[in-house]
Amino acid sequence: MFQANTQIGDYLVDEHGRKIKLHFDHGTTTLGFKFQGGTILVADSRATSGQYIGSGNVRKIIPITPSLLGTMAGGAADCTYWERVLAKQCKIYQLRNRVHISVAAASKLLANMVYQYKGYGLSMGVMIAGYDKKGPGLYYVDNDGSRMPGNLFSIGSGSIYAYGVVDSGYRWDMTDEEAHDLGRRAVYHATHRDGASGGIVRVYHIKEDGWTIISEDDCTDLHWRYQDEKMASSSQ
Amino acid sequence: MSLECLIGIKFKDFVIMATDMSCLQSIMVHKGDADKMQKLSSHLLMAVSGESGDTTQFSEYIEKNVQLYKMRNGYELPPSAAVHFTRNTLATHLRSREPYMVNLLLGGYDPDQQTAELYYMDYLAASIPVNYYAFGYGGWFTLSVMDREYRPDMSEEEAYGLLVKCTAEIKRRFLANLPKFRVRCVNKDGIKDMKNIVADGEPA
Repeated sequence: MFQANTQIGDYLVDEHGRKIKLHFDHGTTTLGFKFQGGTILVADSRATSGQYIGSGNVRKIIPITPSLLGTMAGGAADCTYWERVLAKQCKIYQLRNRVHISVAAASKLLANMVYQYKGYGLSMGVMIAGYDKKGPGLYYVDNDGSRMPGNLFSIGSGSIYAYGVVDSGYRWDMTDEEAHDLGRRAVYHATHRDGASGGIVRVYHIKEDGWTIISEDDCTDLHWRYQDEKMASSSQ
Repeated sequence: MSLECLIGIKFKDFVIMATDMSCLQSIMVHKGDADKMQKLSSHLLMAVSGESGDTTQFSEYIEKNVQLYKMRNGYELPPSAAVHFTRNTLATHLRSREPYMVNLLLGGYDPDQQTAELYYMDYLAASIPVNYYAFGYGGWFTLSVMDREYRPDMSEEEAYGLLVKCTAEIKRRFLANLPKFRVRCVNKDGIKDMKNIVADGEPA
């Protein structure tokens, strides 16, 4: 199977070895987890193409319906386009059947759509999160057509760093505040270590009655806030 | 990806199958409770490994068609026939624009013939009836264990013990982290879940 691959410090290269001039948003940190109080999604806001920072305030968490959210990692165009198509399909489903689509069904629609384009160079690693009859839902879907449910996922170049923080702090029975803080901290630490992640750390929370934005903090502000907390606790 | 491991062993009146529970992507474990087995009919179980995406799409396609056959005709395909259908599907796609890159182990029990059956099937659509096999790097470590220990008349407990030995060897000698295995058994009563194996074994 041919795949576009990166060479360090160079451009992206397609399957014929030709340079792809712009490939936005390869560096990213997105994080999603389920816990007792619902589902948390967190993402940074930096869009990069190669070494160039294209934007510092991207919304990588995209509303699909009032109770469904999608995250964005990989190609920004692919993610925005296909999640927009998914939003259309979900709305049509709701009009036809007079019920909201389940998270499982929505994520499968997306997985089947991108599977049809397998090998054509789509680049996306997304989470579909929401709330339905079965409770909180979280699915991972990517461009090679794989789709899996889970309690905890992190996607993007910063995911390794986010996993490190969230794996060591995750509990099912966290309070809402603890969960928001864990997610925010995990992505902050990812922005600190991963050069391709940064900007604003956005935290979303999905509960039974839909999604809400919990916070949107500049990662530099977070850095100094956490630094101060560390200093205060060590001087005690 | 051949880091994945599928094991199947056939005995006189049952088949036992084990698949690892890790979803691996490059250097990372994405998930530790995956199910790589698909129930095709009441007496046929398919373990799938290979290209991500293809695995689920292919196994669901086969499952739905085996179910459709049952609805249309009022009786189920016997395992041997379902295996031929699977092989044919894989073979026709092989030389098309979109081949399925999947390796399969099909374990079943034929209630009419009263026989247990196990088939090896690789992505080139070679289908071979076997007594036991293991796909992936796991096979390199476990086939000799099965060669040494296998008897066709083993009981379910002995068979489970053999799987424990196999997974312990994978834990001991294989570099990838495959700590957990899902185990299922197919016999005259259908498909039965067994206790997951949490591999036990440290390098000497």
